[in-house]
Amino acid sequence: MDVIDLSQTDVRDLNRRLQGAKDGGFQVLHPGGEHALAAGLTTPVAVTIDGHAGYYCAGMNQEAQITVNGNAGTGVAENMMSGTVRVRGDASQSAGATAHGGLLVIEGDASARCAISLKGGDVVVGGSVGHMAAFMAQAGRLVVLGDVGADLGDSLYEAQIYVRGSVVSLGADCVEKEMTAEHKTELAALLEQAGLEADAGAFRCYGSERQLYHFNIDNAGSY
Amino acid sequence: MNNDAKESATYPPRVIDEIQRAASEGIYAIRGAGAKRHVPSFDDLVFLGASMSRYPLEGYRERCDTNVVIGARHASKPIELDIPITIAGMSFGALGANAKQALGLAATAMGTSTTTGDGGMTPEEREASKTLVYQYLPSRYGMTPDQLRHADAIEVVVGQGAKPGGGGMLLGQKITDRVAEMRTLPTGIDQRSACRHPDWTGPDDLEIKIRELREITNWEKPIYVKVGATRTRYDVMLAVKAGADAVVVDGMQGGTAATQDIFIEDVGIPTLPAVRLAVEALQELDMHRKVQLIVSGGIRTGGDVAKALALGADAVSIGMAALMALNCNAPLYEEDYAALGTRPGACDRCHTGRCPVGVATQDPVLEARLDPEEGARRVRNYLSTLTMECQTLARACGKSHVHNLEPEDMVALTVEAAAMAKVPLAGTDWIPGSG
Repeated sequence: MDVIDLSQTDVRDLNRRLQGAKDGGFQVLHPGGEHALAAGLTTPVAVTIDGHAGYYCAGMNQEAQITVNGNAGTGVAENMMSGTVRVRGDASQSAGATAHGGLLVIEGDASARCAISLKGGDVVVGGSVGHMAAFMAQAGRLVVLGDVGADLGDSLYEAQIYVRGSVVSLGADCVEKEMTAEHKTELAALLEQAGLEADAGAFRCYGSERQLYHFNIDNAGSY
Repeated sequence: MNNDAKESATYPPRVIDEIQRAASEGIYAIRGAGAKRHVPSFDDLVFLGASMSRYPLEGYRERCDTNVVIGARHASKPIELDIPITIAGMSFGALGANAKQALGLAATAMGTSTTTGDGGMTPEEREASKTLVYQYLPSRYGMTPDQLRHADAIEVVVGQGAKPGGGGMLLGQKITDRVAEMRTLPTGIDQRSACRHPDWTGPDDLEIKIRELREITNWEKPIYVKVGATRTRYDVMLAVKAGADAVVVDGMQGGTAATQDIFIEDVGIPTLPAVRLAVEALQELDMHRKVQLIVSGGIRTGGDVAKALALGADAVSIGMAALMALNCNAPLYEEDYAALGTRPGACDRCHTGRCPVGVATQDPVLEARLDPEEGARRVRNYLSTLTMECQTLARACGKSHVHNLEPEDMVALTVEAAAMAKVPLAGTDWIPGSG
């Protein structure tokens, strides 16, 4: 495994080396909360960041397996296309924003707007999430083992949401749906993939009521 | 005077119509295009051609260069354009594929750039466009890192002149299977895009976002920041502080494919004062000509181009006018205009998807009315005309490069324009607000 010490070099050099690697493993030391760590990777390299990461860690990831042994700042794994990103600690706001694919696992809590505008990726949070989670989420899945803040799934499109804990409130057009056997099966598989132990049967399922898909004056009060 | 037949200034027929439409439908009016109200504009400025104290250049013999380099502040691969007139961001979805292809072909033929829009980049557009600017929008519809890398520059869209503070809108008629797939949306829904970016708010965050975009694209691409003209001085300063290579300022005359009429007419400031405010902001930061200023919103003629450059812009961008070159609002298929409740010369029905001339539509029958090659030829002719007109004015002012035009070359015809552009009222040395 290659070791890159950010007390000895800078983010540009780090990303240049990671983006140029076809495979293999990298350990990043002394990340110091720097921004855009391991951003824009395109190959199945394995990257372990030992410490806290700043904004946009693993941004737009493609294929790489990235682990943060610490907390992550705003927009971790934003617009991820594929691969896996795991945060051992907590994540700030907009975690997994607009992710098209791949799996983001946050073992701790996530802040506001987790999985905002999700476009097909999977986001699994071991702890709780803040307000406006899955706002305008279009496709993909958000799983929360803990509790959820206000306005979950506001203006939701076709993304699926699973929550084990409490929900402060649902956003416009987000409704609780029947947790079917198919839902339980796919959730159990996702939890296993995320490496988090939980009974899929203990979750509730939320999705779009699809009442706001078209302009309708009778829905004006919902906005 | 008989007041029985006198129209009210406060409630003229168009206002009464709108009140009664609102009462009937219970929802704001939605339309395309830009502000239709009269605003102070470049029409209110004129050039002072050379005479005894200034020497003109020979109109047909002496060079007057038009090239511009954008993005050299931080990007390792700045873009070099032959003319300072670019094609503004317009989405595939709002426009049909033929229109996008025509714009790309024309821009390429003229050595300038064209720009994507909401929904990402189509292969046809990339292939047709030698220099393609990629819009990075709040919705991030269709946005992928591969597309960022395939672009020649990146434009972070904070807002646009037609609707500063508002998000995109694309009604269900235009959300075809292909558009829906590109945007990861259900076919046929009324798409209302986010107005704020999902993972940053404010200039401090934007600085970090721009750094991420540079990391992902190897610090090669120029990064623009586009704002609708409102608090222009502050917006430009903050964009520069955030690390932009270029700032795009879009005045309230700038068009859109769909938004609320109230947004188009009642939000933002005209392009004329916005240019001057933006230039002053750059000068105050000692960044004028280091961070390029691109101005859009109601640019129609070579005169508009020259006046924007004379006020200090590095380039202009055209949207509506380029569509008009493609026959938008042309007196063709008049029965189809009538079916939309409008007529050639007044059409703003872009949002319906029923564009009579095949520009702003996804309908294959309508779209077939626009041949991309013929359309490209028309836009190329138009861009060529704008360039020659701009050169004509620059030579008349004795300038060997269009960027050598300056405010001193102009006077204003109205007090309002003099105050907004900070050039003297014609026949005086008076600039309102300046001493």
